[in-house]
Amino acid sequence: MNWEAVIGIECHVELKTQTKMFCGCPNEFGAEPNTNVCPVCLGMPGALPVPNRVAIEHMVRAGLAFGAEIPAFSKFDRKNYFYPDMPKDYQISQFDMPLTSGGEVKYWLDDGTMKSCRLTRIHLEEDTGKSSHAGSGDGRIAGSEYSLVDFNRAGVPLMECVSEPEIRSSQDAVAYLTSLRETLLQLDVSDVKMEEGSLRCDANVSIRPVGATELGTKTEIKNMNSFRSVQRAIDSEIRRQIETVEAGGRVVQETRGWDEARGETHTMRSKEEAHDYRYFPDPDLVPMELQGDDIDRLRSSLAELPWQRFQRLTGEYGLNVKQAGQLIDNARLAEYFDRVVTASRNPQQSTNFVLGDLSRLANESGVAVADSKASPDDVAELIAMVDAKTINSKIAKTLVERMWKGDGSPKAIVEREGLSQTSDPGAVETFVDDVLAANPNIVAEYRAGKTNVAGFLVGQIMKASRGKADPALVNTVLKRKLE
Amino acid sequence: MSDFSIERGAADIARAVTAGSLSAADIVEAVLSRVDAVDGSVGAYLTPLHDLARGTAANVDARVRAGERLPLAGVPLAVKDNMCLTGTRTTAGSKILEHWVAPYTATAVARLLNAGCVPIGKANLDEFAMGSSCENSALGVTRNPYDLSRVPGGSSGGSAAAVAALEATIALGSDTGGSIREPAAFCNLVGFKPTYGRVSRYGLIAFASSLDQIGPLTRSVEDAALTYDAMAGFDTMDATSLDREVEPSATALREDLRGLRIGLVRQFDTKLLGTDVDAIYKKAYDDLAACGAEIVEVTLPTADYGLATYYLIAPAECSSNLSRFDGVRYGLRVEAKDVQAMYEETRAAGFGPEVKRRILIGTHALSSGYYDAYYVRAQKARTLIAHDFEKAFAGCDLIACPAASSPAFAFNAKSDPYSMYMMDYYTIPMSLAGLPALSVPCGWVTPPGGSAPMPLGLQLCAPLFAEPLLLGAAHAYERATKHATQHSPRVEAVSP
Repeated sequence: MNWEAVIGIECHVELKTQTKMFCGCPNEFGAEPNTNVCPVCLGMPGALPVPNRVAIEHMVRAGLAFGAEIPAFSKFDRKNYFYPDMPKDYQISQFDMPLTSGGEVKYWLDDGTMKSCRLTRIHLEEDTGKSSHAGSGDGRIAGSEYSLVDFNRAGVPLMECVSEPEIRSSQDAVAYLTSLRETLLQLDVSDVKMEEGSLRCDANVSIRPVGATELGTKTEIKNMNSFRSVQRAIDSEIRRQIETVEAGGRVVQETRGWDEARGETHTMRSKEEAHDYRYFPDPDLVPMELQGDDIDRLRSSLAELPWQRFQRLTGEYGLNVKQAGQLIDNARLAEYFDRVVTASRNPQQSTNFVLGDLSRLANESGVAVADSKASPDDVAELIAMVDAKTINSKIAKTLVERMWKGDGSPKAIVEREGLSQTSDPGAVETFVDDVLAANPNIVAEYRAGKTNVAGFLVGQIMKASRGKADPALVNTVLKRKLE
Repeated sequence: MSDFSIERGAADIARAVTAGSLSAADIVEAVLSRVDAVDGSVGAYLTPLHDLARGTAANVDARVRAGERLPLAGVPLAVKDNMCLTGTRTTAGSKILEHWVAPYTATAVARLLNAGCVPIGKANLDEFAMGSSCENSALGVTRNPYDLSRVPGGSSGGSAAAVAALEATIALGSDTGGSIREPAAFCNLVGFKPTYGRVSRYGLIAFASSLDQIGPLTRSVEDAALTYDAMAGFDTMDATSLDREVEPSATALREDLRGLRIGLVRQFDTKLLGTDVDAIYKKAYDDLAACGAEIVEVTLPTADYGLATYYLIAPAECSSNLSRFDGVRYGLRVEAKDVQAMYEETRAAGFGPEVKRRILIGTHALSSGYYDAYYVRAQKARTLIAHDFEKAFAGCDLIACPAASSPAFAFNAKSDPYSMYMMDYYTIPMSLAGLPALSVPCGWVTPPGGSAPMPLGLQLCAPLFAEPLLLGAAHAYERATKHATQHSPRVEAVSP
């Protein structure tokens, strides 16, 4: 039988704010345990939450970027359950009136295809603390002697992004996550670093026969700490479910952990006993009323989104997927690139210089292209000179390095050093004649049929002209002289 | 030591301390001696704060000498022990917090300290403010200073007893369904619950967040107004506190009630009261009229649903608010085999029966499958009750009714929870509507089996934000009737 996978992704994204969601404690990663805490985020008796406005604005901007609806009213609810790293034993979250609803994440695949996955909702909640279990050797709670809790993360604003089960493969899941991450990064609402836990995702996976419309029993995979592990975990889980069903077994609804080393998922806890979270409106917080003006202001702060940029770069400018990806990954480089294209009106050459020569220099020097001494206008000027055949590509490469060092605009360097291309047939002919006269043996070899020595002669002629000779003209003249 | 009389009021004390004729240090010594002498029999305080009181008094005197104007300079204050005060044991009357020391100070307390109050002690209360007699404290017994065989009322019973027994001049209480007004009535005091959101709840250990409100218990309306003025107003630490200017009420005290229409609620059941008590309330309404008020009848058709509504919403919120007492971070922990068992055994040992009962009711009311039938319907009923009050206030300026259905009763007299819940029949609707309301002494009655006359409280209730009107009117009534001074507390003779 042919199977298809049905995948939904839940992403938790820690928002980038100065302070936590409901108190004034710093929101920062990596501080000494339990130093960024106060009565509010520790849930001390009597402490009360006060919402962080910036976090709410981040949510609205994210919602708008994904085309979600922003309802005029929203409220916070309590999600009640006992857990040692949750200070109040309820989490302030959102239940039936989240800050955003609907929307979609548009994403692109390696072959350039655009796809999209609808969002169920994005809601705002507070993060919990972080437990670690000691004494058992493997960090698991089973067999541990004691547990430690760090509440620095407790109360950090957390965006939960829930997708519809519309993803069909692990590659699509990774592409979805990439687009989601790029968007949040561009909105500057999160650091989206999986290794620091500011982006965490769970995948809900089920399988069904191709053509079926009903959903199969799903499992939820946790503990994936890179996009690569997301892909591997989903693939492994799909394989396991197909094998289970084909062997006559049944997939059990449960939460499964991903074991990176073994490359397989394993049972964490069964979902048989459904949790009753007893959601109800948090009486410590009044409902939020979002004004149209505020939403308009936030909407106007949105720039071009990554998927839009992808379409523009690959469609309008003809970049390949890898090149477009490079520019989407790096907002400042993309902005630099856009300025070069705008000034040069030559996307192809802009791509060659920005993603080729300049990016290579950036890698070698550790200085970002946008921070280098070569300005976008100078690069555009260079491209114009190549287009006009004022200089040849070899000189152009040299000029890029000179511009990088701060030697000035390409035009100035060329004028100062007389580097413009020699296209005068008479002058070129002189260079050719001189080189042929100096290399009678090579000329003889060529005439004896060893035509590949022509390259050596061209090199000598270019050298004699100090790189300035028009290479096309050199070729034509040389060929004529030899034959 | 000076000739300080511990019966003096807050306004009088502050004036004298400001003028330099009295020192806070002398006042505090007089009050601490009183505490040492009588609190053994009254039991108002769970934690007396001798050292802190002396230190604070010295500081107040220094501030006054430095020229600071402190509206409550040197005024001895009792703080209900569900309010945080840095460095002091804050128990909420529960075993689960028996040894917990607060690391921060509640806003209301901080504002009073800033205004010059001197904290004398942390006052006893029904566990987590749940109760109407103060018999639910897990940590001590408080007795009514007017008859030591009777309860002081709850849940702010310790605060009420402290002020009534002259162990403090003013006290802070918290009122969720009547927990300031009812003990005030039982202890011959003014007990004032401001509009919900007027006084910050930051640092008040929550019982039911949407109902809890801090307010003063005092021996006069003037003292209540002064205390309220010093602590009311927006607090950035409490998202439910009202960002709206507070009109001072101490300057709005009236001499009579001319021009005011006072409504009596047709639907309130007077059969609860008994003949003697009912007669005193009838007399109280006549006194209001004698002060110049026009007495009118108003209707609150949903008033009778108050109790049922309250006993869904308050437990629902408390079941969630009390989750944090789990033994993980502070308070009692019972060691057990795993974390789940630790939660269960800690909470089983740490909470008393009334608290457990309400957690169970609230957990049930919020659980999926029952949420719509109980919690959501209760919220709808609450909205209807609030609308009823709005309509009633179209026909009157204030509403008058009893503060409690009986005077203070003997210990263990209310053995079934429901009869205890009925004590709050008259106070709960105002709490659900978030309205300002107070109890002011209105007469004395010798209860069946009692040996001494016990006080009763008249409840007055005003529209939202009408605190100056409410306190002003109560002041006029108090001046005209002088019920408060008719009998003295009977604890002087009792030695510790």
